[in-house]
Amino acid sequence: MPFIPHTDQDVATMLDAIGAPAIDDLFDEIPASLRCGPLDVPPGESEMEVTAALTQRARRDEPGPCFLGAGAYDHHIPAAVWDICSRGEYMTAYTPYQAEASQGTLQLIHEFQTMMAALTGMEVANASVYDGASALAESVLMAVRANRRSRRRGVAGAGRETATIRVVVAGAVHPHYVETARNIVQGQGIRLEATGFDASGTVDLARFETLLAEPPAAVIVQQPNCLGLLEPVNEVVAAAHAAGALVIAVANPISLALLAPPGDWHESGADIVCGDGQPLGIPLFSGGPYFGYICTRREFVRQLPGRIVGLTEDTGGQPGYALTLQAREQHIRRGKATSNICTNQGLLVTAATVYMSLLGAAGLNAIASRCHATTRKLVEALTSIDGVQQRFTGPFFHECVLDVGRDAEGVAEQTAAAGITGGLPLGRWYPELANCLLVCATEKRSEADIAAYREVLCRILIHAERPAIGSASEGSR
Amino acid sequence: MSTSIFDIGAPGRGAAAQRPAPGDVSDLPPEALRRKPPRLPEVSELQTVRHYTNLSRRNFSIDNQFYPLGSCTMKYNPRGAHRIASLPGFAGRHPLAELAASQGFLACLHELQEVLKAATGMAAVSAAPMAGAQGEFAGIAMIRAYHDARGDTERREIIVPDAAHGTNPASAVMCGYVAREVPVGADGDVDFEALKAAVGEQTAGIMLTNPSTCGVFERRIADIADVVHDAGGLLYYDGANLNAVLGTARPGDMGFDVLHVNLHKTFATPHGGGGPGAGPVGANERLAPYLPTPMAAKEGDTYRWVEPADAPDSIGRLSAFAGNAGILLRALAYARMLGRDGMRRVGEFATLNANYLMERLRQQGFELAYPERRASHEFVITFRQEAKEFGISAMDIAKRLLDHGIHAPTTYFPLLVPECFLIEPTETETKEELDAFVTALTQVLGEVRTDPERVKTAPHNLPSARLDDVKAARDLRLVHEPD
Repeated sequence: MPFIPHTDQDVATMLDAIGAPAIDDLFDEIPASLRCGPLDVPPGESEMEVTAALTQRARRDEPGPCFLGAGAYDHHIPAAVWDICSRGEYMTAYTPYQAEASQGTLQLIHEFQTMMAALTGMEVANASVYDGASALAESVLMAVRANRRSRRRGVAGAGRETATIRVVVAGAVHPHYVETARNIVQGQGIRLEATGFDASGTVDLARFETLLAEPPAAVIVQQPNCLGLLEPVNEVVAAAHAAGALVIAVANPISLALLAPPGDWHESGADIVCGDGQPLGIPLFSGGPYFGYICTRREFVRQLPGRIVGLTEDTGGQPGYALTLQAREQHIRRGKATSNICTNQGLLVTAATVYMSLLGAAGLNAIASRCHATTRKLVEALTSIDGVQQRFTGPFFHECVLDVGRDAEGVAEQTAAAGITGGLPLGRWYPELANCLLVCATEKRSEADIAAYREVLCRILIHAERPAIGSASEGSR
Repeated sequence: MSTSIFDIGAPGRGAAAQRPAPGDVSDLPPEALRRKPPRLPEVSELQTVRHYTNLSRRNFSIDNQFYPLGSCTMKYNPRGAHRIASLPGFAGRHPLAELAASQGFLACLHELQEVLKAATGMAAVSAAPMAGAQGEFAGIAMIRAYHDARGDTERREIIVPDAAHGTNPASAVMCGYVAREVPVGADGDVDFEALKAAVGEQTAGIMLTNPSTCGVFERRIADIADVVHDAGGLLYYDGANLNAVLGTARPGDMGFDVLHVNLHKTFATPHGGGGPGAGPVGANERLAPYLPTPMAAKEGDTYRWVEPADAPDSIGRLSAFAGNAGILLRALAYARMLGRDGMRRVGEFATLNANYLMERLRQQGFELAYPERRASHEFVITFRQEAKEFGISAMDIAKRLLDHGIHAPTTYFPLLVPECFLIEPTETETKEELDAFVTALTQVLGEVRTDPERVKTAPHNLPSARLDDVKAARDLRLVHEPD
């Protein structure tokens, strides 16, 4: 009986106290016709057996050097981060509703909110939501509420088939984020309209202008965008605000130590900043758990979904922390809540908070700049192969689109077979980019990793080995 | 509070071992760069470790305390499951990795889907939703997609009992429905006559938790299913209380069409201070085509993803990747350790513990909200007498219980029982622990009569005295302000 501590004597004593002859009698209110027989699952195994079986599976997936990003990034994680997160006091606590018994988690979240607000150039942050994509969905709902309230425009969301509230997606925003947001907001009559990207790989400004002609409730822009490129965010914010739309920025938190924070874009700044916190000390984990963050201006705080921690005082006048503004939330407001969400990804927020404390602004900036420089080296190395070229020429952060001159799906399969996670075949997102790979190099990728990738890619593209860049171009003439 | 991490640093200090050499960014346009560094802590590695280790000691947790929080299933979270999910092959795998480099993970995901099908009696499962509330959203979106696909677009209402979790009506509203509440009767079951009156051609579906949030099994569930189905509506099962009937009764056999399972409850994955969770959804044949993606599929000996293109009627993806994969792995490891008999025993011993605890408290003079009923895995007691007689609230008693080193049960839920506790001991607690709880709560009750002020001003032994929620909401201080 794994994890059940009862001895036979315990069971007998307890049944006696209850006055029931057997445990089965405790289920006598369930109609007999609804009782089920033994479940169709295998017999139990010991921890040792399960560990052995699943370790065998895990070994099959053990990755080589990873040059794939596309929303999840392979950064170094300081050992202290998960040592602290694995403490039972963090890992096995529940939501800090009993504030006096949860000051650890509450103070940590308050410090997290402070750090995220600082990184994004915003005034307030929530305690996190599920992931970056759901953070975008919640940000869209929030922007619609905030804009409706402040400008008295649009109609109530609960009416069906009234798709009258528009939100514009400017430029190349992660397609999984857009799809998630669309799936979550469509029931409330909100329609997402995309500008797409032009030949530069960034927002098609002409189409953007057209879509602003009838002002949308909000505009979404991702920086760096999902192709790694820097969007003209100042122009986007200026145009969106001129049209009376709120601006939702999607940002990689690591990039914010290097790039202008959304709060500083144009003169007015973005109104809501959201994204995925995975780069801040969270392993790739096969896709999750990560966490989504949402930051905003103070004026919109009552529209912010999810848990929020505030500093307050106890009856002795001593400072302490508590969940606050709970009147926005589903356990109080039920059907009128800002969202159905109750989870915040507390454990992942713990990781991110420890990570940001260890790195500080200087450390995060070093990682961001190092990622950028390493990706440039990767791009130089791979584009030195005949037939491989950069698809877009604008500035990028730590991801870049490479045209490999043939179906990139096959190329990615072959690099994987050679033990290298080679990037995302972009045909999965954009059919017109079927010959392109989206590649990324974090600070973890060494020169040797890059050389190994170049060698593998050369072999795949059936080119004779050429000298690596840097080792003189004379000899290759 | 303990000193903020922002107040223990010094300009220029940092954890040097964690800093790579900076890279050259001179090629980036200057206007794209940040001008002023963000205000983040400037602390050493030891300061960081010490600060967050000390903060952790200001938390209650399952590892430290009995945590009988009703509706939350705070049972032991096996360390072995955590270790397995952290294996390099799982933790290091990129979510978009090629199929050939994902067979181990996909095999696990597929196996979990199969286990959950068996445990719930459903035809298909998608493990994509990242929490119970997202599972609810998925389930109601599936119900809507089903009706819409049939051109049946005039159904505007989702029925929820007034005792339901707040997420139920909130999820229904997010899907564009109106939530219509039906009352729960004095015996804890849904008022069947009121339900019959509420159901009609406007009914898209009903959301039910069974055993219910009142801690009792909904005895007329088969009749409810008939009434709702006869009107063309569908039944959604909120799996928050599945722990009570795991291996004993399956939602699929009760007539439910779609459900979610809280893996962080029934399948023992850690709550992490408020998340992550996972809320896989299961559906019968009728609703299976609408399940969210991605899912794992098996073809011969190989595995692949079910993508939106394979499932044209799917409500689509609800997360950037494949949900909370690491939580799914923990749940699978736990499920394999339990196996067939272990799963049944979870429900049995959770129920035994709850009924034992309920009986002991009854004998000590506590008032049960539903005294004629069996407890499921949890039960409700009410302090309405104490409130009237001594001006003591359930929250006061909850705070005093913290002083005894016991986490308070859920307070003020379900909302329809005044001054209540919802108590869920779980199957992993010993009889001794339950007895100690009875002793502690009895002491507090005695104190209510002899020294009510002591209870009203609790807690007394914790890092903070009673915190002022009103002030927290009135003077919003949501970020640390420099002195």
